[in-house]
Amino acid sequence: MTTEAKPTIAFTPERLTLAKEIIARYPAGKQKSALLPLLHLLQEQEGWTSPEGMDMVASLLDIQPIEVFEVASFYTMYHLDPVGKHVIEYCRTGPCCLMGGEEVYAHLKQTLGIEAGQTTADGLFTVKEVECLAACGMGPVFQIREQYYTHLTNERVDEIIRDLSA
Amino acid sequence: MGKKILTEHINVAGIETFDVYRKQGGYTAVEKALKTMTPEGVVEEVKKAGVRGRGGAGFPMGMKWSFLAKPEGVPRYLVCNADESEPGTFKDHYLMKNIPHLLIEGMIISSFALGANTSFIYVRGELMYVIRILEKAIAEAKAAGFLGKNILGSGYDLELVVQPGGGAYICGEETALLESLEGKRGNPRNKPPFPAVKGLYQCPTVVNNVESIATTSWIVNNGGDAYAGIGIGRSTGTKLISASGHIKKPGVYEIELGVPVEEFIYSDEWCGGIRDGHHLKALVAGGSSVPILPAELSLKLANGDPRLMSYESLSEGGFQTGTMLGSGGFIVFDETACIVRNTWNFSRFYHHESCGQCSPCREGTGWMEKVLHRIEHGHGSMHDIDLLVDVAKKIEGNTICPLGDAAAWPVASAIRHFRDEFEWHITNPFEATQPGAVYQGHMALV
Ligand SMILES: Cc1cc2nc3c(=O)[nH]c(=O)nc-3n(C[C@H](O)[C@H](O)[C@H](O)COP(=O)(O)O)c2cc1C
Ligand code: SF4
Ligand code: FES
Repeated sequence: MTTEAKPTIAFTPERLTLAKEIIARYPAGKQKSALLPLLHLLQEQEGWTSPEGMDMVASLLDIQPIEVFEVASFYTMYHLDPVGKHVIEYCRTGPCCLMGGEEVYAHLKQTLGIEAGQTTADGLFTVKEVECLAACGMGPVFQIREQYYTHLTNERVDEIIRDLSA
Repeated sequence: MGKKILTEHINVAGIETFDVYRKQGGYTAVEKALKTMTPEGVVEEVKKAGVRGRGGAGFPMGMKWSFLAKPEGVPRYLVCNADESEPGTFKDHYLMKNIPHLLIEGMIISSFALGANTSFIYVRGELMYVIRILEKAIAEAKAAGFLGKNILGSGYDLELVVQPGGGAYICGEETALLESLEGKRGNPRNKPPFPAVKGLYQCPTVVNNVESIATTSWIVNNGGDAYAGIGIGRSTGTKLISASGHIKKPGVYEIELGVPVEEFIYSDEWCGGIRDGHHLKALVAGGSSVPILPAELSLKLANGDPRLMSYESLSEGGFQTGTMLGSGGFIVFDETACIVRNTWNFSRFYHHESCGQCSPCREGTGWMEKVLHRIEHGHGSMHDIDLLVDVAKKIEGNTICPLGDAAAWPVASAIRHFRDEFEWHITNPFEATQPGAVYQGHMALV
């Protein structure tokens, strides 16, 4: 692949070690199984799964960059475009809506002045709509990175936004 | 008081750690299985227990295990399905987060029974914090000699790998899960071949739900017959129910199968009743995919007998008057809930989650979402109701995987039982689209 541009980003040394550990978990020749975990690792580091990052993952796994993109684009968790510092992913599914989710999410978007899928002008927040997060008894729910925020109310949303803006 | 098998110790402080879990009797089942039983012996106990798959389909676990092909020199795999994405379901999340060692212990026993030396726990990627809890638990178990090479000197080796998903409901379907675990898009495979013959990496594979696997410690400790003595008829043992919606106490409850639905909803031991001042309108008993029932059919069979929380009783009456236990995602609706809006919400979910491989599912889910959106937003026509029924029929049974059926059933059942509510939306578009407006017609509330 002489025409391919060299990957322009790299994992930090700790993440590279972890990436190699992950690849070694699978039977010989099945290293592609590490693709989803590595994409998570990439997103954890870069905030999104950038094309350069996906190229790097492809070279680590010795697969074609297009294979990485094909897979990344199938799943909803990978951000294929740059996102804000905090990505708020709220659950729009039935049970959360029964608990007043629609009102709370409307308040969230109004407070930030954006629609789902958009990022605030200051680059602090991106809001995304997602489906059931397996926390339906604690709805309404959203997730920011690995953390779940449950039993949301308008007041609670204000508080969270305030804390994260500080 | 119902019997607790999975959650007996869940509230013990520190139960997420190896030491506390061990003090509560944890890992004795691994010792018993590896030191005193043969793999076939463990399979036999699980068969006797009659435990049925807790992921939704209810297929007997022991029988599934006995179908596993065992060609010489080919590795076999156990894959735990922790993708938990069926709307209304949050029990596996609860179990793994609070008592991770129960799953690890079950994984060791089940892997031993199946002769697997590398086993996987595929957890939906959104639960990354739970993945970290599981990885910590695995490291503890390994340090204590319960994982790795030559476990407890038995000669049996096992490595456990926790695999994150990438966000896709379809990856809960077992063959899509295997594709995903191989690092591919989550497109379900055609069956046959079944995973028991050609699964992960084309090797014989068993896929089981978290809760199913978690039952095995108790079964090994107490015997399959003891397990079969709990519950009712062919619905043996206990089941975790994820209760959500308009009830006083949403949460995860472990019930002995056979509890009357009415008691489960109204008793203080469980849901605590409908929230104050409100009444039961409808119930989705087993996750968004199962048919919705109106209040009276939720609590009673068509013949007036009480309906029970069991596989058989919930499906009594077929789809005319019954539903399914499914994943145990128990969603309760009071009279403030709009059935049309909820049906539209669910159909949007299935359309969003369809992998797009088969046209009846890809096109049909899109149509249903569109037509339901139009009815909910005051632009529907009477003809649309029949159109929905027709589209649902065309999807059902005509797809590679059961997601198609799962998309069709909520729509078909909502129309079957709440047709007047759909009609009201169409004949009263102005009224119906006012914020918070809900049909108050001749529905039976309980
Ligand atoms: C669209 C779809 C989604 C599913 N999601 C899950 C899931 O999240 N968890 C699960 O255990 N089973 C799920 N299943 C069922 C699995 O295909 C499979 O039957 C199950 O994991 C087998 O385990 P069990 O026999 O222990 O229930 C799903 C099935 C379909 C068709
Ligand atoms: S039924 Fe739907 S989800 Fe299942 S394989 Fe076909 S298109 Fe994909
Ligand atoms: S419906 Fe929101 S977490 Fe399940």
